[in-house]
Amino acid sequence: MIQAGVIGVGQTKYDAKRRDVSMGGLVREAIDNAMLAANVEWDAIDAVILGKAPDMFEGVVMPELCLADAVGAVGKPVLRVHTAGSVGGSTGVIAATHVCSGQFKTVLTVTFEKQSESNATWALSPRYPYSPHINAGAGGYFAPFIREYIRRYDAPEHIGWKVAVKDRLNALKNPLAHLHIPGIDEKMVSDTPMLWEPLRYLESCPSSDGACAMVITSKDLVGSRDVAWIKGMAVRSEGTLSAGRDEVNPQAGIDCAKDIYDQAGITNPYKEIDCAEIYVPFSWYEPMWLENLGFCNLGEGWKLTDKDATAIDGEMPFNMSGGVMSSNPIGASGMIRFGEAALQVMGKANDHQVEDAKVAMGHAYGGAAQFFAMWIVSSSLD
Amino acid sequence: MSEEEKKDYAESPINLEYHYTAGSATTRFLNQVKEGKIVGQSCPKCSAVYVPPRGSCPRCGVATNIEVPLTDKGCIESFTIVHIPIPGNPIVPPYVCAMIRLDGANISFLHLIQGIDVEEIRIGMRIQAVWKPKDEWTHSLENIKWFTPIDEPDVDVATLRFQES
Repeated sequence: MIQAGVIGVGQTKYDAKRRDVSMGGLVREAIDNAMLAANVEWDAIDAVILGKAPDMFEGVVMPELCLADAVGAVGKPVLRVHTAGSVGGSTGVIAATHVCSGQFKTVLTVTFEKQSESNATWALSPRYPYSPHINAGAGGYFAPFIREYIRRYDAPEHIGWKVAVKDRLNALKNPLAHLHIPGIDEKMVSDTPMLWEPLRYLESCPSSDGACAMVITSKDLVGSRDVAWIKGMAVRSEGTLSAGRDEVNPQAGIDCAKDIYDQAGITNPYKEIDCAEIYVPFSWYEPMWLENLGFCNLGEGWKLTDKDATAIDGEMPFNMSGGVMSSNPIGASGMIRFGEAALQVMGKANDHQVEDAKVAMGHAYGGAAQFFAMWIVSSSLD
Repeated sequence: MSEEEKKDYAESPINLEYHYTAGSATTRFLNQVKEGKIVGQSCPKCSAVYVPPRGSCPRCGVATNIEVPLTDKGCIESFTIVHIPIPGNPIVPPYVCAMIRLDGANISFLHLIQGIDVEEIRIGMRIQAVWKPKDEWTHSLENIKWFTPIDEPDVDVATLRFQES
């Protein structure tokens, strides 16, 4: 298989309402930044892979068609990806797979969401036929899983507040982050209103406008550029309504992580991965994913969070950029994780750089916590 | 908001109406729900019981063609208390949205819990359906108004996980 690397990551400024740009302007902002970082011109791009979450989030169906000019896809192969919230990650995997196939040398990939065009919570809470209309957005769906995690492992309630604070303090080091909340502390979080028990307002992600793009190229075209080598990548899914499914610790997440660790030759992720950008849209998903991804044993995730292991200067930094908790343009959120992981190993994460980061992980999940996409990037090919 | 900003965009609500074809498995299920009966469907291969049934077992990929009558009793697998109004949703918060696991079923579905102080609701609590008057029954789980606690010992939810025998 051909080896591939990320040579450019481009992001927009994330905000609640990017009314200064259209959808086309938003994706182009990320693309221009990625191509500038990669130092490539349009004629080098062989295909464009675009991802976003449900079209109902903007009310524009199949936007990859009307965005063809904005993403530079006219006359080139273009593919649209949609795997719910995990889409930013799976789009990255699919773009890299195009390069690894040998059929495409350099691929541009972009993901976005312009949530101010509609209302994501409304779009996620439709009336399903022949059922009571009680669904209440993503938070309402995930809150029972979180409650079961807390019950199963007797986790104290301040863990959720702690993640909410840590990620927002990291966001203060990232000028692109949507939420900048100086002085945030556990009391501020615990004083905010309850939305979906046990989740409070500041334990939940914002609704953002934004886009993230990457340029991925084959080994022979990297040249002297900064590069994040892709050492392992995978997607997995499982049946939402399948008997025996454990929503707290989904098998598809376990399998996906094992696959990328095997590809990258990682046997102890806690020791061998220097930092990770993990999809945590609600505070409690940090300890839940610490366990699901094999960074610790079951029931130990909240203890790692509690002892600051996931802080930017901790043993296993999680979400140095501020994470989904600080910026959440849903369709792009997974690619931001993948791209931020790449920036870390390229040494280009600026004020939220983890010192000497050589191996980083990007992770995304979506839907009913049944879609997963992950990758491992490294500063070296060896 | 200033007049200047208002010129940049216009709000235009949309409404989507779907024609939904239930399919044979859901049709069988809903015809029985209309009669006040809950009938799950079982996988002929792994014996998992699905309610509401979707027609096939995601584990085995085969049709769930065995009908399994269930009662309207079960337990709360987990739950949340929703405190915010959801756009387009008629229910007034706070309300309890619970994963209902009926006795003999191997998956849960979401429904309301009422008839108890929300502070007393627990994972594992035994519950039973409260039905609407019979003349209001339609092809919908809305025939059940909500589930309400019954005086039976809590269930250890760890024992609910389906394991192929």
